[in-house]
Amino acid sequence: MNAKPIALLSCLLFAMAAWAADPPPDRQRELVRMVRQDCGSCHGLTLKGGLGPPLLPETLRDKPAESLRYTVLLGRPGTPMPPWNAFMNEAEADWIVRQLMLGFPEETR
Amino acid sequence: MKSLFSVLAALLLSACSGAALRGTGDLGIVIERATGSVAVVDTSARAILGRVEGLGDLSHASAVYSRDGRHAYVFGRDGGLTKVDLLERKIARRIIQAGNSIGGAISQDGRLVAAQNYQPGGVKVFDAGTLELLADIPAAYGDGKQFSKVVGLADVPGSKFVFALFEAGEIWVADLSQPRTPQVTKFRNIGSQPYDGLVTPDGRHYIAGLFGEDGLALVDLWKPEQGARKILANYGKGAEKLPVFKMPHLRGWAVAGARAYLPAIGRHEVLVVDTTTWQEVGRIPVKGQPVFVMARPDGRQIWVNFAFPDYGQVQVIDTLEQKVVQTLAPGKAVLHMEFTPRGEAVWISARDDNRIVVFDTASFARLAELPAQSPSGIFFTSRAARIGF
Repeated sequence: MNAKPIALLSCLLFAMAAWAADPPPDRQRELVRMVRQDCGSCHGLTLKGGLGPPLLPETLRDKPAESLRYTVLLGRPGTPMPPWNAFMNEAEADWIVRQLMLGFPEETR
Repeated sequence: MKSLFSVLAALLLSACSGAALRGTGDLGIVIERATGSVAVVDTSARAILGRVEGLGDLSHASAVYSRDGRHAYVFGRDGGLTKVDLLERKIARRIIQAGNSIGGAISQDGRLVAAQNYQPGGVKVFDAGTLELLADIPAAYGDGKQFSKVVGLADVPGSKFVFALFEAGEIWVADLSQPRTPQVTKFRNIGSQPYDGLVTPDGRHYIAGLFGEDGLALVDLWKPEQGARKILANYGKGAEKLPVFKMPHLRGWAVAGARAYLPAIGRHEVLVVDTTTWQEVGRIPVKGQPVFVMARPDGRQIWVNFAFPDYGQVQVIDTLEQKVVQTLAPGKAVLHMEFTPRGEAVWISARDDNRIVVFDTASFARLAELPAQSPSGIFFTSRAARIGF
């Protein structure tokens, strides 16, 4: 049996697992801090909005998670929102979007 | 016996009040945004004298000073306006004046404190003594039913405040000679998405940075009839739009001699501008996207801090050589810098290392490290005597 399809398959499975899995706890803490502090410089530390719009569950409710993921990763042309894909992967952006829709966690100190 | 008693009583009283008589010229505050507190600092002793708590959400907080340098007016993101007594180290007054606020200014005569608000968009003016609301200036534009976020509020001579309207693309000058009946002069179509503004140290020129297009909007406040004009057509994101991870701040913009130094947007550069012609005369490469570009009070040095992810470093430009002469690493997430009144030292906040680092500006030696909870803005009382601060 050729090893190539197996490698491909395991690669795919790994990607799918990463897709569904939450980032490890240390990385979650980093992401929470990044969102609160760095996104917070425009959206507010409490995410109630600033120069950028609020990122609260009630303001995001009607927005599809996929479009929010790409806003985080690729930014929004024509607005000050920059792309963050140099600092996180898709799974991490998805995790952030899920947390935002649920009510974003506070930083643990 | 009676006189002995009164002497004892006086001694006891002074012992209870605790503090020896002192001035405030070497005092300041450091915003601790995670805990909603400010640390009161002494720049001569290089020490934290104490803390004042209960100031609410202090993300993006800023402060201005009463002209006697005793009180700081702290503007919080949650719309809180808190008057802090630096000597007694307590809150003198506190109000919630808006839902979402971004900063403020104090009038030339020290009688009026103005707050600039995102929500509801506009400017509110208060009595500096009592914090009683004197005037409300909603930033209505277009059909008059929409309200713009207000940015770049600055005081200018003559009981006037100047500010820019982010969505509306306007600059307004509000004359509060009669505080309850402000007279507003509006400059329309000044450019797309002004995101911050500053007034030059002489109070003459108001300049708004534009996010939505290249260039800056300039109003000569000595010749307002000339209207607003566009300067530095190449300033901005340029043809190659680079992502901006934090909006640069223009207040505290560095004017040194006949030159101004300003943060390029998105680029790892500091721009040098001739303030007589308002033409760009140079660009200085730096480590990251500049956020604050600040002149040491004598104008010999320019200190620059950076946006995420390069915000662990600070660079120093020598204005004679027009190049970076020093790179320092004060700590993780450097958010702000403040010079002592005559600039022999600079205080720098490193948010994620929970400390303030004090540097000698001549030798670049570390003079002190002070613990603080997520420190951000640092504001010394010397601001009380400066136009636009």
